Parts: sequence; C-alpha cells; structure tokens
Amino acid sequence: MEKRLPVLQGYTKEFYEWCHNHELRLQRCQSCGVWRHPPRPMCSACHSPQWEWAPVKGRGSVYCWTTVYQPLDPAFTDDVPYAAVIVELEEGPRLATWVTDMPPEQLRVGMPVELWFDDINKEVTLPKFKPVS
Amino acid sequence: MSESAELRDRTCIIGIGETAYTRGTKKSALELALEASVSAIEDAGIKPEIIDAVILPGGAGGGGTAGDFIANFGLQDLHYTASLQEMGGAMSVSAVECAVTALSTGIAHYALIPLCSRFYSGRRARQMNADPGTGLQSAGTIRDYYAPFGVAAPPQHYAWMAQRHMHLYGTTHEQLGAVAVAMRRHAQMHPNAVMKAIPMTLEDYLASRWVSYPYRLLDCCLETDGAAALLMTTADRAKDAKRPIYVMGVASGHPYPPHDLPNRDDILKMGLDYCAPRGFAMAGMKPSDMDFAEIYDCFTGQLVLQLEAAGFCKRGEGGPFVENGRIELGGELPVNTHGGLLSQAHNAGMNHVVEAVVQLRHEAGARQVNEAELGLVTGWGGHGHGSMAILRR
Repeated sequence: MEKRLPVLQGYTKEFYEWCHNHELRLQRCQSCGVWRHPPRPMCSACHSPQWEWAPVKGRGSVYCWTTVYQPLDPAFTDDVPYAAVIVELEEGPRLATWVTDMPPEQLRVGMPVELWFDDINKEVTLPKFKPVS
Repeated sequence: MSESAELRDRTCIIGIGETAYTRGTKKSALELALEASVSAIEDAGIKPEIIDAVILPGGAGGGGTAGDFIANFGLQDLHYTASLQEMGGAMSVSAVECAVTALSTGIAHYALIPLCSRFYSGRRARQMNADPGTGLQSAGTIRDYYAPFGVAAPPQHYAWMAQRHMHLYGTTHEQLGAVAVAMRRHAQMHPNAVMKAIPMTLEDYLASRWVSYPYRLLDCCLETDGAAALLMTTADRAKDAKRPIYVMGVASGHPYPPHDLPNRDDILKMGLDYCAPRGFAMAGMKPSDMDFAEIYDCFTGQLVLQLEAAGFCKRGEGGPFVENGRIELGGELPVNTHGGLLSQAHNAGMNHVVEAVVQLRHEAGARQVNEAELGLVTGWGGHGHGSMAILRR
C-alpha cells in the first residue's frame, strides 16, 4: 500500500519543491521578519502579504512526540513502532516529522536533532531529523 | 458584569431525543437524525410545524441538510439555519450557543438541533481528519504536513499533547487510567451505553495494547452509530414546557493558530482556555458551583486538559485531580455520568448535552447526581476548538 503524500499545490508545492532540492525553507515575513508555518498568505503579526521562502539552519530540538504502535494508516504497517515527533527549529517554527537513527524509547524532550532529507520518489522529499552526531 | 450575562437564562432546552447507540446499523444518517428529532419534538410536547430554526452541528455530514429537515417535517417557513462543522467535536455545544443567539434575538423561536454520528458503519472517526472535504480546518495541514509522516488520526495528534503534559507535570498512566475506569463505571449504569455490560479495572486498562504512546486502546473513545437531538426555545415560550432546562452561560473558543497544533506557542492551550472564563462570567458562576460536568472525552488526556482549562483545578494538576474517585459518581465532581465518548458512545458530544439535561431533570435513575442543580458541558474538536455551556434546572 502506498503511503499518503502531500498534495502538491499552492504553497505546499513550493515548500516541497525546496525540500526536493534538499533545502528546508519556511515562510518569513519581509516586513517584520516573523517566521510562520504551515504556509499561509498573510503575516499574523503585521498583516503584510510580502514574504519569502527563507532558509533555516536545520537544527532544532524535540518538543514532544508519540510512538505509534498501531498503524491507523495501514501503509505504515511495516514501520511500527515509529516515533512521530514535533521538532522545534532553532528559528522558532515547529514541524511534525520523524526522528530516525535511534530507538523511539530513547527520545527525550529537549534532545538536539539535525535535519536530513528522505527522497520518497521523483517528486516528494520529506524533511526528517536524527540525533546530532 | 459580562455583557453576555443579559442572555443568561433567556433560552431553554425543552426537548431531548436519542436513538439507541450501537456498533453497526442499517439505517442512514438522515434516518437516525430524524428518529432522534422526532423523540426530541415529542419530548418537548410541541408540534413540529412551529420549528423555525434547524441548526446542524455537523453540517450535511451530521445526518442531513436543512432542506432534508424542511422536507421531512413539512417546515413551511424556516427562518434560520447554521452549521458548526468547522468546530469538530466542539460543534454540539457550539450549536447550543448558536441557538441561544438566534432565539434570544427573536430571529427564530423554536430551534431543532439534530446530530448523527455513524462512526462505526459509515466513515470511521479515525479516517476523517486528513480529508479537507470534512470541513475540518486542520484537515489540509494534516494531509500535507502530518500524514506523510504517519500522523493522520486523532489518537496520534492528541498523544502529542498528552506526552507534553506528562513531561511538564508528571501526569501518570495510572491517572489517565482513572479517567477510563470512571467512564466505564458510569456506562455500566446507563441502559443505552455500548459498554454497559463490559466492566474495566485499572489492571485491564494497563494491560490494553498501545495505540500511540502514551495512549493505549482504552484511552481512546469508541466508534459507534447513533443520533441525538435537542429542541430549544426562549424562556417565555418554555413556561408551558414540562421540564425546561435553562442555558445560563455558553461560549466557544479557538486555539491559536487553529489549523496547526505544533506551532501553537503552548500546545496545551486550546479553545476552552479562552472560552471558559467567558462562559462562567455569562452564567455568573464558578467551577466549584457545578454539581457535575460532562466533559468531551475523545481521549483520557483531553478530559484531563479540559478539567484544567475549565478551572476545576490549576494547569498541571489535572492528573492528581482525577485520582481517588473524585470524578466518579459519589465523588466531589462526577464527570461524564453517562460514560462519555469513552464508554457510552461517540456522538460528537451531543450525548453529553443530553445527559446533562437528563441529570438536571433528575431522571438519571441509578446514576443520578443527588440534588443536581447546575452542570457544565464541554465540547472539543478539530485539534482543540472548544465550547462550554452551563445549564440549570
């Protein structure tokens, strides 16, 4: 069974195109500099519609997680148990992602992690994280 | 004084109706919603023709459109209709708020609020969140930014919040288990509870399989079929009603931002944190005045969070609060006296509103809270939209 992939349209298409180039970029307001994610048209801080896809360093820490044992999406049957983690980037925004290269039971809140790119197919690359080496 | 306090006690719930809650049904959502509506109308003792508002908590997906109710009940002059679909499971109590608004302003006079959930025979609750077609505000975010990572279902999203709560405050598995056991105990006293014949101990809870840590199977609500309906009117029109239950306070609130859980400054702050102070101010009441609470229990941890947000205890103290039978019948604050979504049925919280009315009418039989005068009902949905109502007899 195929895993569900993002629907590549609008801002989401642009976000994942940057990922496909192995660059993690998030929206940043060009008027006040506030980051935002997931993407949307307007800055909630200053209401400016001017923004850019600004690169982030790709370092962050574990904010919280869940370890999935029952694959409610059957496409993930071979992956359980896997940890779905909220990672807080150094720049502030948080991502729902995976922390790989370690057993889920060793996850801790605050643990430093770094970005890697998982090329799923010719179109989609997912940003994932692993413990800082 | 709260400006909304002018609306206190201006409207009443005069009719309730509920179908049997089952796991499996041959009836359509519309058939079930109509069945519950007929019960609510009969219970209210009114003629259906005088209904001039149909409020659809779940929109067309909750058992029919306004047009379906107009056609089936012969409503010749409907004044008002609304859908609260975007509120997710907070929709039921928000629909009461919507009715209060329409009735107290004179826009309408008799409001029917029907809701069917066919989470067992129809589309499972677990499948709905990542589909923007369901109207949930977070659905696009889930589809494009969580589901590719195997996070598409409510137990997974809400486990994030529970894990964070355990990390910050030391909330234990046994405390979450105390919630599950209390709900099951109450369900065993309810003739229309799916789990009425299946007892549960804390040992049973702790032995149940992991679904999405820290949630086990028995932290998760049921997926069932069934419908419920409310009939509401103004207090002056309710004078002839047998058993009017007054809406003292009602409010809805939204987490910020609503469509993405990870990027909230504080992922444990949700709609109920915003709306509970407003609802209590409208009612002129405080949490300690409540004789019972029907709290939207999609998962055990979400019930704990709402006890805190409603003000029954401080942030972080929800775990100890639920220990030692405090939330069980006979305890200081009986919670979900019908068994809740965890052990009665999942009807998106409309069963919570119905149970609050039953308690305030003093018709709850074996599970009656002694001398119940005031009760709180909450709703939670779509990643933390919230709603609450304070009802009195």
